[in-house]
Amino acid sequence: MNICVCMKQVPDTNEIKVDPVTHTLVRAGVPSIVNSFDTYAQEVGVRLKEKSGGKLIVLSMGPEQAKEAVKSCLAVGADAGYLISSRSFGGSDTLATSYILSQAIRAVEEKEGLKFDLILCGKQATDGDTAQVGPEIAEHLDLPQITYALDILEENGEILVKREYDAGYDMISTKLPAVITVVKLPYEPRYPTIKSKMAAKKKEIPVLTEADLPSIDLTLCGLNGSPTRVKKTFTPVREKNGVKLEGMEPTDAAKEVVKLLDDAKLL
Amino acid sequence: MGNLNDYKNIWVFIETECGKAKNVGYELLSVAKPLAQQKGCPLVAVVIGKDIEGVAKDAICYGADSAIIVDGPEYEYYTTDAFAKALTGLVEKYKPETLMLGATNNGRDLGPRVSCRLKTGLTADCTAIDIDEETGNIAWTRPTFGGNLMAVIMCPGHRPQMGTVRPGVFKKPAYEKSRTGEVIREEIHTAEEEIRTMLKERVNEVAEAVNLEEAEIIVSGGRGMGSAENFKLLEELAAELGATVGCSRAAVDAGWMPHAHQVGQSGKTVAPKLYFAVGISGAIQHLAGIAGSDTIIAVNKDPDAPIFEVADYGIVGNLNEVVPALIEAFKARKA
Repeated sequence: MNICVCMKQVPDTNEIKVDPVTHTLVRAGVPSIVNSFDTYAQEVGVRLKEKSGGKLIVLSMGPEQAKEAVKSCLAVGADAGYLISSRSFGGSDTLATSYILSQAIRAVEEKEGLKFDLILCGKQATDGDTAQVGPEIAEHLDLPQITYALDILEENGEILVKREYDAGYDMISTKLPAVITVVKLPYEPRYPTIKSKMAAKKKEIPVLTEADLPSIDLTLCGLNGSPTRVKKTFTPVREKNGVKLEGMEPTDAAKEVVKLLDDAKLL
Repeated sequence: MGNLNDYKNIWVFIETECGKAKNVGYELLSVAKPLAQQKGCPLVAVVIGKDIEGVAKDAICYGADSAIIVDGPEYEYYTTDAFAKALTGLVEKYKPETLMLGATNNGRDLGPRVSCRLKTGLTADCTAIDIDEETGNIAWTRPTFGGNLMAVIMCPGHRPQMGTVRPGVFKKPAYEKSRTGEVIREEIHTAEEEIRTMLKERVNEVAEAVNLEEAEIIVSGGRGMGSAENFKLLEELAAELGATVGCSRAAVDAGWMPHAHQVGQSGKTVAPKLYFAVGISGAIQHLAGIAGSDTIIAVNKDPDAPIFEVADYGIVGNLNEVVPALIEAFKARKA
């Protein structure tokens, strides 16, 4: 089973702070990490590959520094990785990004001499939070999709996906190849070993530009290929002067909160 | 694309399953109604499902001017292939200017599939929708960076302008029984072989569907609960308040609660009137999921827990003492 994992390098949103004066995001010094949902896609992909054989290849679109993120995937089981990077791809929204990724997926199949059975993505990237690129890749490639996967099981070449549902989960089968986006797994992604980290560090990460994507239409890339425009951004105002009851007897504190809720007509 | 002026009307997609509508569809009518009035155009409800004529009529009573329905056995349960085909077909025929969907799992599965097929723009997970005064385009406001930043997005050169809207952000409009409107039935059928995925089994981990997204009151527990046993306390408090029980990721990872109850970035985004966070420290991933709550009440033994920074009311104390005291206090209030 050949597997492609689409991965994004994102700023660690745990580390993002809002400047109290300018109310803008402070991005300086914020570490870049592999999008956490993508680490699940990568882990379940590696497990499927280990079970059934085949290759797992990681693709990432982004600036030069995203090579580091590709390398960290190589250290936890990916066989190869590519960075998709070009000035013409800058400013792409999800429609243009998914178009470029779908072109890259086809080009990598050609280069590696294989066909992907599964294309895995995280549910969404933790910076943009759109959850659109996965389904849009599926649409560009005319493939079936299953989103919100909680696990992916393989039996005799058949794929069964456990998909999140309000009261539990659905078990869904799909024709292959297919695109699956992963929200969570019943297990944690593996850690690299010192040896696997060192080996990954030494690997060359090939960069794909439009020159490597023979059938790409550049009018569908970058800002030109993006129907959406960001008009403005702002930080949400969170001016909470909350009441904190400390050092009170639990019964008194509980009564006080119920009274406050009542007074504020919140009950 | 053709002429942008050919695209008219505001559409709201009403999600159904087994003939029953999700509330978020009706909530969308309340945000779309003033926009349609401002534009002077009809507000159309679009319903795809099985046996959904009643849903279409309800949508009209909730404020839609008319409805378009695609009814068939292949739409009883959601599949990407069948719903994308039906919805794309309707858009191509009628050319709406704006199309809104609920940002449920299925809405966020369908939206990008359809917008990509139509080669138009989609804005995910909106929390506010306005008309841009200068251009007349829809201005979609959405949280990004885990709720740390808000962005206003527009789709100036493509139609329809599409957006998904979070459940619970807007209130369901009043039901006016006397309202009438045309219900147009469109015959779009999807053959079995066109549907490439198949629902093999639905596993209910909890007795009743956990509807966190539409809950008005949520009582959530986190790592501080300490055991699955302690969640019984929260269930008792929830029963007293008519609330839904939620939890943080830590409680799921510890095996105390099923994932269906999880609130936060890898769980559900919620927008209740009251959110009780018990034994939840307030990791940013959890806060991203509860930012839409009107009022947050926190119980935690650590006075420095970040949850207190966003809480409207906080009690520092042992939850094993505080929660029973809260149950008593709410009981006393009722009596």
